[in-house]
Amino acid sequence: MATSTPQSTRPTTTGGRPSGAPRKGGPAHGGRPRRREGTSSGWGWGFSAPHLIGLAVFTALPIIMTVTVSLFDWPMLGDRSFVGLANYTRLLGDPIFREVIRNTAVFTLLYVPLNLVVSLGLAAWLTPRIRHRHVFRVIFFIPTVTPIVANAVVWRFLYQPDGLIDATTQTVAGVSAPNFLADDRFAMLAVVAMSVWQGFGYNMLIFSAALDSVPESQLEAAQLDGAGAWTLFWKIKFPMISPSVFFATTMTLITSFQVFIQPFILTKGGPGSSTLTLVQYIYNEGFQYQQLGLASAAAWILFVIILGLTAAQFAGQKKWVHYE
Amino acid sequence: MSDLATRPAPGGTAPHAGQAPRSDGSHRVRHVVSYVVLCLVALAFLSPLIYMVATSFKPRAEVLSTPPSLWGSEFRWQNYVEAFTYFPFARFMVNGIVVAAVGTAINLTVSALSGYAFSRLRWRGRNLVFAVFLATLMVPQDVLVVPMYVLMQQVDWVDSYQALIVPWAFTALGAFMMRQFFLTLPQELEDAARVDGAGTIRTFLFVMLPLARPTMAVLSVFSFITYWNSFLWPLIVVNDVNTFGTIPLGLQSFFGQQGSQWNLVMAASVISMVPTVVLLVLLQKHLVRGIVTSGLGGR
Repeated sequence: MATSTPQSTRPTTTGGRPSGAPRKGGPAHGGRPRRREGTSSGWGWGFSAPHLIGLAVFTALPIIMTVTVSLFDWPMLGDRSFVGLANYTRLLGDPIFREVIRNTAVFTLLYVPLNLVVSLGLAAWLTPRIRHRHVFRVIFFIPTVTPIVANAVVWRFLYQPDGLIDATTQTVAGVSAPNFLADDRFAMLAVVAMSVWQGFGYNMLIFSAALDSVPESQLEAAQLDGAGAWTLFWKIKFPMISPSVFFATTMTLITSFQVFIQPFILTKGGPGSSTLTLVQYIYNEGFQYQQLGLASAAAWILFVIILGLTAAQFAGQKKWVHYE
Repeated sequence: MSDLATRPAPGGTAPHAGQAPRSDGSHRVRHVVSYVVLCLVALAFLSPLIYMVATSFKPRAEVLSTPPSLWGSEFRWQNYVEAFTYFPFARFMVNGIVVAAVGTAINLTVSALSGYAFSRLRWRGRNLVFAVFLATLMVPQDVLVVPMYVLMQQVDWVDSYQALIVPWAFTALGAFMMRQFFLTLPQELEDAARVDGAGTIRTFLFVMLPLARPTMAVLSVFSFITYWNSFLWPLIVVNDVNTFGTIPLGLQSFFGQQGSQWNLVMAASVISMVPTVVLLVLLQKHLVRGIVTSGLGGR
């Protein structure tokens, strides 16, 4: 994409120095005194050390700890005891946990396609010929940078009985809108609608930039052949931006499985547990009921699901992604 | 870029279709209709935020009115004053800025160093370490919060600024972005610096780093906004909201206590959104480029 490396810098990555003798790997090489290369290995480790240590302590260590903690009955305060896989068997046998997985999957199945359709549609609409295009881009991007908590609070107000939506339907059609957030037929849809509103701006920008890089010459050639806008989009533009679409789909899939703030603020997981999602379940078990072992097991299951989804995406990409 | 040829003059009011080979009136009409519809879509999209701002100035009794109206009987700035007095939003803001600024500074420093090591230095183990960095990007925060909390308990950091800042300051994304940038620089630059007698550190600090300013700007904006909006972790690690609360945590807590006072809640929401919207408007070019070139997208 746009970040491709210019030819002139390639030698850096393949290892040649302009005036140096041919090198064969590591610093311990030859009898001649080495200048920069001799110390380069130390510099490399030195430069990356602060970041590497940080990642080791705050990412690698917690990952290992997740596995360990998940094998214990580990209350937030008090004594812990090793229980083996009991947390996992308990989760898999728990009807609430199964509902949580189902809710999260339903959210994903609704959210990802809607997000992609809206963002792709608007990106296609916002061609460079649209005047004030950058203004529209900024407008549609606003809710992606504002705090999700604030977005969700605002939407909770809209969904409220006598709130903006209800008041509008009463005025226009003379009927009350459903009490979206308290009705288990509508609560998940309400969460999805709010999430699409606040989230599609990222993908829209990615698609918009990708569409900009489709060469004009190809489009003109197709237009001369009599292709309409619809054909032009699906036959020329879409195949050319398919790597971006693939990337965006993968990322959106991963993040939608981590949905938390929207249902947490809008419904607290209710009514009943009809909008309880996986991350809120982890939060509740770990920090409301203070069962860190059970919460870790659930977190590990979330991780496996996300890895699985990513792997499946990459396996499937050959079928429809066109790289040049 | 390739569309420059067919683009109307910047700021020009000439009909766009005039330059197309088969221009006619219907083309132009369609263009105008499309533009008007787009404006309506944008307006509908913004309506929740417009209604939020309008409500934040209404008297409490008029908040849930049918038919809905944009303006109350009076314009109450007082709502903002009350929101600030009910809850320490000024403190939440300062906390949010300190946490985001320090976290961003740490991330920027370690990322610039490691990104440089992964792109311009040759060392044994480089590819392996870089692969490990990339692998950590696969691990979402939600998977780490439980053990991270245990870790915070062990070092006695629960309810502290360090706990809000340090655990997430080492995300590998920054290293990846800096590496991508450094790879685009020509080798001649370094060679020239070497010939002038500059060592590795001086070359990095005075030749390479100044060139990386645009990438670092993108990285800073994203890091800052991510810290500012972060919610799950503060919710877990902060018990004393009035002292260590950040804006999202404070807003949620305020909402929990004053949930029925929608005018004040909307005022608080406006307060929490303003800094991010200002950043977005000021730095839109950086943000757009950052998303496009680094793939920070996909929320």
